[in-house]
Amino acid sequence: MSVLEINNIKKSFGRTEVLKGISFSLEKGEVLSIIGSSGSGKTTLLRCLNFLETADEGTISVNGSTIFDGSSAKKLSDSEIRSNRLHFGLVFQSFNLFPQYNILKNVMLAPTLLKRGSPEEVEAQARALIERVGLSDKISSYPCELSGGQQQRVAIARALALKPDILCFDEPTSALDPALTGEVLRVIKGLKSKDSTMIVVTHEMEFAKSVSDKVLFMADGIIEEYGTPDDVFGAPKSEKTKAFLNNSLERF
Amino acid sequence: MFSEVIKALSDGFLVTLQIFGITLLGALPLGLIIAFGSMSRFLPLKALVKTIVWIIRGTPLMLQLIAIYYGPGLLFHNNIWNYSNGRMTAVLVAFIVNYACYFSEIYRGGIESISKGQFEAGQVLGMTKSQIFFKIILLQVIKRIVPPMSNEIITLVKDTSLSRVIAVYEIIWAGQSFIKGAALIWPLFFTAVYYLAFCGILTVLFGLIEKKLSYFSA
Ligand SMILES: Nc1ncnc2c1ncn2[C@@H]1O[C@H](COP(=O)(O)OP(=O)(O)OP(=O)(O)O)[C@@H](O)[C@H]1O
Ligand SMILES: [Mg+2]
Repeated sequence: MSVLEINNIKKSFGRTEVLKGISFSLEKGEVLSIIGSSGSGKTTLLRCLNFLETADEGTISVNGSTIFDGSSAKKLSDSEIRSNRLHFGLVFQSFNLFPQYNILKNVMLAPTLLKRGSPEEVEAQARALIERVGLSDKISSYPCELSGGQQQRVAIARALALKPDILCFDEPTSALDPALTGEVLRVIKGLKSKDSTMIVVTHEMEFAKSVSDKVLFMADGIIEEYGTPDDVFGAPKSEKTKAFLNNSLERF
Repeated sequence: MFSEVIKALSDGFLVTLQIFGITLLGALPLGLIIAFGSMSRFLPLKALVKTIVWIIRGTPLMLQLIAIYYGPGLLFHNNIWNYSNGRMTAVLVAFIVNYACYFSEIYRGGIESISKGQFEAGQVLGMTKSQIFFKIILLQVIKRIVPPMSNEIITLVKDTSLSRVIAVYEIIWAGQSFIKGAALIWPLFFTAVYYLAFCGILTVLFGLIEKKLSYFSA
């Protein structure tokens, strides 16, 4: 059974159709990289999965149960949306840490409010996560005292604290100095395991090639190409994919 | 004579402080409710709140005081303020509503200046709307609005003197009564000492709050 199955997701903003029917499925433990040029709808897709936007059509199923069905007339209630969101985690391009809390409290805030265990358990788990992203020595620092790369690693720990079924990353290194992208990508690579499923929107082709199990190339709101990294990077079928890959290789 | 003047001015200043304190106590939370109303997605409510804020901010507080105190009697032949603390209550109603409207605009500006990413980070972490507001947004808003709020609050200290138009015995009234009663002008000018001292204390206090919130940057 797939951990995530999305079917024919469509989304328009006013008259612009941004997603024109996106379908794919993801097995537990897989890493999917989404690549594509600016404006192709990658962020919008992740936002639909995290219910920051509501898709107009299509279905989203997690672990076999349908949590969203665009054809059903019933509007999801606030609490249904909240519980749906908990299947997913999202790491933003711009980190969005809570500036008034130190690193430990940033990671602990949501599990504490959602009563995910006793205060001691929540804190122990948060400390373990912060260690996992290599920031134990910064545990009582505030976000403004950290580099961008460090902030993003905290954001990853914060997302992991709720144990989402699927963790999404929206260009996690795009806001970073080139020198800092490595540390974040290494942390993401280190998360790969048989029970963590991830979707990574990225412009880092080397990363997509070496870490993902599947690569999805989006163009103008549709899936132009989908397959293993070897398929997509080694033998792209569509002209658009070829042009995009050539373009992004030329940049270096 | 000096001690007599000090006694009268101090009594007046207690009334000034009372107006100041109760107005803050009422207007600080009421302003937040008005701010939420003016950001509401329910358009009739938003329009109503915006109209009220426009009227209150667009007319002099002195006029509002007079309207609230004399209005009911003139319109309905029913002076609802006709009891021992009636004048004071009318003053408080006018001040609380007036200041709540000013505060609401400061709150709204503060809330709207917080990046959308902060709300969304709370949302994807499964928090409720009120958790997001009280645990994430509020302190960041407070940090940003301390300077404009301190301005308004210091203005309030001096605006309290307007309440004398409906004969509430605050410090200016007390000072002025020596002109008629004892042909003394200096007590009126001496009231400035009280205002200056109190505003000085407030300035120091706001400085402390700003310093206390300077540990994070938002
Ligand atoms: N809230 C919105 N209202 C109107 N249009 C929007 C909104 N969000 C996105 N769009 C439009 O949808 C299209 C796709 O945007 P999206 O952010 O999903 O692209 P992207 O693939 O993530 O691009 P990038 O690589 O630049 O991040 C763009 O044309 C954008 O202008
Ligand atoms: Mg994007």
